[in-house]
Amino acid sequence: MSEMAPRNYFEFFQLPEMFRLDQSVLDSHYLELQARVHPDKAAHLSDVEKRLSLQWATFANEAYQTLKRPLERARYLLRIHGVDTREEDNTAMPAEFLLEQIEWREEMQDAIAGRSEAALDRLGFRLKKEMDHLIESLGAMLDVQQSHPDAAVLVRQLAFLEKLKRDLDQAHALLED
Amino acid sequence: MAYSDKVIDHYENPRNVGSFDKDEDGVGTGVVGAPACGDVMKLQIKINEEGVIEDAKFKTYGCGSAIASSSLVTEWVKGKTVDEALAIKNSDIAEALALPPVKIHCSVLAEDAIKAAVSDYKAKLGVADDGYEIRKSAA
Repeated sequence: MSEMAPRNYFEFFQLPEMFRLDQSVLDSHYLELQARVHPDKAAHLSDVEKRLSLQWATFANEAYQTLKRPLERARYLLRIHGVDTREEDNTAMPAEFLLEQIEWREEMQDAIAGRSEAALDRLGFRLKKEMDHLIESLGAMLDVQQSHPDAAVLVRQLAFLEKLKRDLDQAHALLED
Repeated sequence: MAYSDKVIDHYENPRNVGSFDKDEDGVGTGVVGAPACGDVMKLQIKINEEGVIEDAKFKTYGCGSAIASSSLVTEWVKGKTVDEALAIKNSDIAEALALPPVKIHCSVLAEDAIKAAVSDYKAKLGVADDGYEIRKSAA
């Protein structure tokens, strides 16, 4: 492990500071690092070295989990650029987007009430397309246009869709019971 | 998490759930959302010629605290003038429902929904309106 602390997670994995990343490169760099800092490898070391090794393993894990997921990655990238996505207190989303969210929720409720897994599947399929599209736009906004405030708006939207996805998955599990 | 009795009451028997036609005269519609929890809140107010809120309806998708906050707010705004309704603060809502700190943002959402609804009503009337200020922090 290098003596120098990395500036951020991207540098840690020797990746460019960009939203669009090659997942396979991230995966292989992670596995490589994880193999080097794995606590088992530290069994013969002193307590101080063991503790250091564990800290590195934890850091590698956090870094990987953050960069692996598009929402977390975008949020992290914005933070590097000093932009807070203000997901706690910025309630003024575009009205059109919010009304769409209400429609999604209503359709989901209907699907659950009708115990229709097919309807849930259709919703899930549409949601997946919507999320892919949003992630694509985020890539353009962050890497090409580099417009961070606009990217923050998209991050807030993606946060909504991810919550919707979690709830859809839960509804699925519920119907399967 | 433990909800207060008042939250549970509003959650189990929400008041004024539903919608008005958003194009109807005197109806103001506010839609707000909190990305952190994925909650969406639509609040509608119906205002008579004297400028008094006659009726209010809401539709909220979210946690118990968000539903209770919007339900409570529909009760509170009825009979109030637009300006009186705008004076409702999220801290009043949070206090009335005994919301824990992690749920304060639900009350912020309800306060912002009132402001958004009033702003929409004024815009429909053609009254010059500077829009509403989004709160800078959720405490």
